[in-house]
Amino acid sequence: MSGRKSVAQPPEVQRPVVEMRGITVEFSGVRVLDGVDLTLYPGEVHALMGENGAGKSTLIGALTGTYPMLSGEVRIEGEERMPTGVARSRAEGIATVFQETHLSPHLTVAENVMIGNEVRGPLGIDWKANRTRAAEVLARLGLDDLDPRCPLSALPPAVKQLVAVARALVVEPRVLVLDEPTSSLDAADVNTLLRVVRSLRDRGVAVLFVSHFLEQVFDVADRMTVLRGGRFIGEYPAGDLDRADLISKMIGEDIEALKALRSERLAHHYSASGEPTLRASALGRRGTMDPTDIELSRGEVVGFAGLHGSGRTELARLMGGAERADSGEIWVDGSRVQLRSPGAALHRRIALSTENLREEGVIRGLTARENIVLALQAMRGWSRPLSRGEQGALIETYLEALHLAPGDIDRPVEELSGGTQQKILLARLLATRPHVLILDEPTRGIDIGAKLDIQRRVAKLAGEGVAVVFISSELEEVVRLSDRIVVLKDREKIGELSNGPGVTVDTIVEMIAADLHDDPEE
Amino acid sequence: MSTLTTAPPAPTGARALVKRLSLHLDTLPTGAAVVIFIGMIVYGEAAYGRIVQFNTLSNLLINNAHLIILTVGLTFVILTGGIDLSVGAVIAFSSVAGVMLMNAGWNPWIAMALMVLIGTAFGAASGVLVQYFHVQPFIATLAMMFLGRGLASILSTVPERLADDNPVRGLGTQIKLYDGPKVNDIAITPGVVIAAVVVAAAFFVLHRTRTGRTVYAIGGSEQSAALMGLPVVATKMWVYIISGSLAGLAAVVYTARLGSAQNITGIGWELDAIAAAVIGGTLLTGGAGFVLGSVVGALVLGLMNVLITRDGSIPPEATTIITGGILLVFVLLQRAVLARRRE
Repeated sequence: MSGRKSVAQPPEVQRPVVEMRGITVEFSGVRVLDGVDLTLYPGEVHALMGENGAGKSTLIGALTGTYPMLSGEVRIEGEERMPTGVARSRAEGIATVFQETHLSPHLTVAENVMIGNEVRGPLGIDWKANRTRAAEVLARLGLDDLDPRCPLSALPPAVKQLVAVARALVVEPRVLVLDEPTSSLDAADVNTLLRVVRSLRDRGVAVLFVSHFLEQVFDVADRMTVLRGGRFIGEYPAGDLDRADLISKMIGEDIEALKALRSERLAHHYSASGEPTLRASALGRRGTMDPTDIELSRGEVVGFAGLHGSGRTELARLMGGAERADSGEIWVDGSRVQLRSPGAALHRRIALSTENLREEGVIRGLTARENIVLALQAMRGWSRPLSRGEQGALIETYLEALHLAPGDIDRPVEELSGGTQQKILLARLLATRPHVLILDEPTRGIDIGAKLDIQRRVAKLAGEGVAVVFISSELEEVVRLSDRIVVLKDREKIGELSNGPGVTVDTIVEMIAADLHDDPEE
Repeated sequence: MSTLTTAPPAPTGARALVKRLSLHLDTLPTGAAVVIFIGMIVYGEAAYGRIVQFNTLSNLLINNAHLIILTVGLTFVILTGGIDLSVGAVIAFSSVAGVMLMNAGWNPWIAMALMVLIGTAFGAASGVLVQYFHVQPFIATLAMMFLGRGLASILSTVPERLADDNPVRGLGTQIKLYDGPKVNDIAITPGVVIAAVVVAAAFFVLHRTRTGRTVYAIGGSEQSAALMGLPVVATKMWVYIISGSLAGLAAVVYTARLGSAQNITGIGWELDAIAAAVIGGTLLTGGAGFVLGSVVGALVLGLMNVLITRDGSIPPEATTIITGGILLVFVLLQRAVLARRRE
């Protein structure tokens, strides 16, 4: 990578409204931002780019004073400032739009927009004037017909997000920070929002825009600052980068590694021999999954491909004991078993990782360490606790295998990024040394680096003889990893593919589409 | 945008009603409390008579003025999602201390001011524990409750009587506004006036000031309130200080009416006040409720006691069971409202 710290020329020669220099932030000894710079000029849209965990949110937190800085300086219009909190920065004209979940559900739309900036008369808050003011701002966002007296909780997420934006516009900010404002919006709402962003820019507002959607970023941004792993990678005019450049700056060498993984997996030749590790015949549950036959062998990765609702999750849950089958039989290593619960499955060495990470996956409130130890401890029974030494050895293994940061291990798991949480969950399942590992969407919503770590680990596990079921909405991942691909549609297995050089995402898509044409009822 | 959120120009008939209801779902439990209150009055009048008359209703206010004041304070705390268990013990300590000081020759007015300030100090202590030491409100105020009760018992374990000519007793003197036939008068005490002023002030603060709206926002989600730039720390401190001070004020009003104070006064009153707030439609998880609803809740509890006394066949021991039953019905109602909202 040449020119690691290339600095773009400002759009015009004018004084920056925000200058952040050498910002360093630590959380319990872990350096999450290391000497990062950010410069915002009036009248520009500046994209802050980086993967999950790159430090974007932390940098925004440092700007607004929610996270204390270890070192570094912040200048607002040339004057040095010590950010102390959201309220102060709003007063200084720096308004931040957080995600729509950070509003007050019990209050009305008007109150959420105006709270903290209410119009006040001699008799306290003037509700009528507030509603009028809120309606004006909402109208700028295309929400002319939204009743400001409506309770916020009655609105769909997209409208809530626009209300959050309206809340920021009320203070007529000089700097508007948008942290993932579009993740819950549909295309029409995104266009409305981007139009508002451009009109604010034209009026001289500096907009800091954070989004995972590269199209939107290239559509609206004038300049970009790229972070990776808490470090400043560079600042570039948007026109100087294309997508591939940007991605490689964001993720470093990972994209090459993914290609390498694919060829590695293709070269790996698996040959089923002897009794399958798990065999199910006519396994099904009324209204959930039609009776399905399936076999898993030692050292094999079987991908489940299909759309959401095709039955891929349902089949996985039946195999993992999370859902009780009402038809069919399951044999594990040649003997017939009843899987009444995930615990029963675990005793048969079948481990299921749910797609619902937050509700059914990691246990919030416990540390990462406790989460990892949990399943193994449950399997051994509570009367035989794991010693501190055994725990330590276990943690060591997975720190290394999954590239976990040592500082993360004793933090509450909900403070960790989605990718790290997914790794913790995987480590917890692996600690039980499963023979069959069922992974439902292990890579959803996590950054590319963590995706790579998890996919590498899956490939390695298969090499060690574990039978793996791999489910992902990203068919590329399924094709990359699987030895065999089970294609599902409408709660039914419609076919199986043996993976090879000729198999691509299109092969699977065509298979699903072709089934549609064969079915006269559709 | 979704049709649910748009305001049709002229909604008609049932749809308009449904829309109005969905806009004001928060008010449903409070409305139910009003309906129950009226229902109890009608039932009482039909079954026992002499309920809908001036002196019964006047007495209802006079006898419950202290509970109304307490409930207003609790409403602030509960709206932020917290709880204050110390108010009953604060009343005991504040009233015993106040009466003993007056009997020892202190100026009664200064002693009364001190009684309120004792409450303020307790509230401030709870607030500091909750806010700066991250103690759960339940535990912090439980500790304050034991402290207050203990201090009251150290001062005295026997009833401390106030002299009949003490000016404080004036706050409990009935003033006839309307001289009805026989004893059917409209009467109030200065204590009732104080309660009314407290309720009006609380209504103003909660609905017309930024502090009040911040109280609601904190109850909705404390983290969101902080991210919205609202003064979360200061507001939570204020809420406990208000609750404590109002407990001190309730001690003044109660002592004035009774003319004596004792260390066992106010046992369980914090729970009565919480029950009144919940019956009046305040959500225990915070964020929703009305101070006027809490007043209705306090009056429901007060009227229930009147009806049980009038009935005569219900043993007084059953009072708590009936209170519990009413409370349960209201909590279930609130759950139903919450479930509606999540849809």
